[in-house]
Amino acid sequence: MHPIVKTVIQRLMLGVFTLFLVSLIIFSAIQFLPGDFGEAVLGQSATEDTVAAFRKELGLDQPAYKRYFNWVGGVVQGDFGSSFSGRASSGVDRSRKVVDLIAPRLENTLFLASMTALIAVPLALFLGITTALYRNSIYDRVVNAVTLTTIATPEFFVAYILILFLASLNQWLPSLANIDASMSLGEKIYKSALPSLTLTLVIVAHMMRMTRAAIINLLASPYIEMARLKGLSSRQVILRHALPNAWAPIATVIAFNLAYLVVGVVIVEVVFVYPGVGQLMVDAVRTRDIPVVQASALFFAGTYIMLNLIADIIGIITNPRILHPR
Amino acid sequence: MSNKAAAKGDILLEMKDVVIDGFADERWNEIIKGVSLTLRRGEVLGLIGESGAGKSTLGLGAMGFARPGCRLTSGEIIFDGIELRTMPERKKRKLWGTRIAYVAQSAAAAFNPAHRLLDQTIEASLRKGLVSEKEAKLDAVALYRAMQLPDPEHIGFRFPHQVSGGQLQRAMTAMAMASRPDLIIFDEPTTALDVTTQVNVLASMRDAVEQFNTAAIYITHDLAVVAQMADRIKVLRYGEEMEEAETREMLKSPKHPYTKSLWSVRSIHKEPKTSDDYILEIQGVDAAYGKDVKVLHDVSISIPRGKTVAIVGESGSGKSTAARVVTGLLPPVKGQVVFNGTPLSPELKHRSKDQLQRIQMIYQMADTAMNPRHTVKEIIGRPLEFYLGLKGARQEQKVIELLHKIELDEGFLDRLPGELSGGQKQRICIARALAAEPELIICDEVTSALDQIVQEGILKLLLKLQEDLGVSYIFITHDIATVQAISDEIVVMYQGKVVEQGLKTQIMTPPYPEYTQLLLSSVPEMDPDWLTNLLKERAEKKAG
Repeated sequence: MHPIVKTVIQRLMLGVFTLFLVSLIIFSAIQFLPGDFGEAVLGQSATEDTVAAFRKELGLDQPAYKRYFNWVGGVVQGDFGSSFSGRASSGVDRSRKVVDLIAPRLENTLFLASMTALIAVPLALFLGITTALYRNSIYDRVVNAVTLTTIATPEFFVAYILILFLASLNQWLPSLANIDASMSLGEKIYKSALPSLTLTLVIVAHMMRMTRAAIINLLASPYIEMARLKGLSSRQVILRHALPNAWAPIATVIAFNLAYLVVGVVIVEVVFVYPGVGQLMVDAVRTRDIPVVQASALFFAGTYIMLNLIADIIGIITNPRILHPR
Repeated sequence: MSNKAAAKGDILLEMKDVVIDGFADERWNEIIKGVSLTLRRGEVLGLIGESGAGKSTLGLGAMGFARPGCRLTSGEIIFDGIELRTMPERKKRKLWGTRIAYVAQSAAAAFNPAHRLLDQTIEASLRKGLVSEKEAKLDAVALYRAMQLPDPEHIGFRFPHQVSGGQLQRAMTAMAMASRPDLIIFDEPTTALDVTTQVNVLASMRDAVEQFNTAAIYITHDLAVVAQMADRIKVLRYGEEMEEAETREMLKSPKHPYTKSLWSVRSIHKEPKTSDDYILEIQGVDAAYGKDVKVLHDVSISIPRGKTVAIVGESGSGKSTAARVVTGLLPPVKGQVVFNGTPLSPELKHRSKDQLQRIQMIYQMADTAMNPRHTVKEIIGRPLEFYLGLKGARQEQKVIELLHKIELDEGFLDRLPGELSGGQKQRICIARALAAEPELIICDEVTSALDQIVQEGILKLLLKLQEDLGVSYIFITHDIATVQAISDEIVVMYQGKVVEQGLKTQIMTPPYPEYTQLLLSSVPEMDPDWLTNLLKERAEKKAG
């Protein structure tokens, strides 16, 4: 078996193991949430009997380990359970499957993340490479100053500034990004423009600066001097000789930022009323809707692990020492 | 080629009063202080000097290139009628890689790890549009063959990490030759190689330069090496020219005292003695890194008390691994180490403090073997406190005593390693080893990183300490001149096995085992005909 296939399989198994550990942590963390769903729904005035009956119906009276195995057993088969909300101790069960609840939100979150990534990653790479090429020039300083400013500004502030200039003073873009499944792709893009722009500003700085640093780091290598002494232009030196050796650190930082796009955008979602998973999870925590909280948290962890796995694999396949062993 | 040959003798490169500055400590300092040189077509000029002499800076300056942090301050650099010093880099690039090429010291570092050898070899010619890709590739294969690389048809498809150091160095010369330049700068091209490899690389470089009538500047710190390559030799020190002469002239009658000092280590001589009283015996040791990589095979070495045993061999021969087994850093798979008649525990942590104290070690890189934030007093005081329980005033007194032993004084007590020269650092490391009052000191390539004069000082110091204190040395080195200078007995190692052990005089006199013969004959001698004769001899032996 090729060593890369072997490494990838190893990493995948490690990823699954990490996910299992995360599921344990999520489950135990939820046990520590104050109050419970029964009281939260039925209110202070409910009698103890009603609460107990309600808890029993939801399975909350069972010991923790049993509930954990029920949950994990379901997840492995693709069943994330039913949401707690919409249930009542009496009458019809109007609760919805967690999957039905999360799926459309997930689609929205991934839509916003991909749209942002498609703009931000090429932009960051371009800026990183060009600032490395023209390092210490005015261009380099301006780009660094601007990106530093955007990274140092809280994202909600960036969001409101953009709303002020692009939606309020000039009505170029909508300030509400309340997209839904019935919209066309063009309409979705138009509606999501502002949150996407906000996120771009927030993540470009980090990726661009790391790209620049990773390349500059290599410029002191003897093989870079050799390339210059072969008479190659600065651009050829950087694109042909520095960049191919810089992919591993660049991929890592890109993965980190893409993960943030999926798991860390709740503030931006709130500002633009964007129906993503982040908002759903915050709402679920407030109402103690445990199955939804667990499913969202697990999804976030999975995203994180997968993106890092991809970054690792890029690091491996761009390293000829591993790709072409002796 | 014919028009080139006809033009031999014309001046190709002329440097006049060249000054090159480097930026350090917030100001510009002169690295090259007004050096002039002339190079004719087809001629090879040797630039020789110790570290810090400015050889590389001058060599790169000949290309009109200044490293980051350096500048070509004044003077004239005229290459084939073109003034390079003031020329914009954009224009100089047209010459680099086409008419002037560079061969770097460490080919392993100077080849880009991300690209195949062939792509890098033809890159310059291709980008400059000199030839088509197909032609360039065919030519590269021909050059690989000329450089005597194995499997020239396919070696170009390998990545740099897939070939050996000697092969890389040859591939780099092929790369420099690819555009048939008028001038090649060789910057210490064989310094990182073993002597046995060096011979072949030198031979193929010399052939290539002769075949294409290329002019070259050959930079090195090794006079014997440059003697094989150069028509003329220029000696540099602290950025100034000491003297320049035809190679034979220089070797026969060096004028400047500094030039004479360049082969000072070769002047130390020691009468070898031995003894039947062994302080340390390595008995039938097998050792391995991990499970599979076995590096020592049934190694047995005996160290006579109060004597010096030099372990020689090329990189990968297992000589440093043997030292790791003795110190307990690498427990052997089989066999044992007997010290003063008692077997030592294979693992470091099971050895007694007394055993640890009796065996000390000195390393190649004095720089990295000392904590840069500790003063000399702390560095030497630490073993005094740990092994002998000395503290306070008594400790300081002992440190001063040790400083005197290594020919330094109490003025060094509060200095940090960064404030010492290379030789002084190595002396402090010796004092630290002596502080434990050891019976055996393992010296791992302790002089390899030092200049000749400094090496001489350190070796003399070690010999004197041995006379005064009766300490025994295991001296690990790849440098035969050092071995000649210091050893009583010699152990030759090859591929993890002991080839032979014996008295210096006995090992150094024929008949030799095959490997010892190869090793000894590969050590360059101060004779311009040495390489030619050696190659002839080897060819005859092969034929006969």
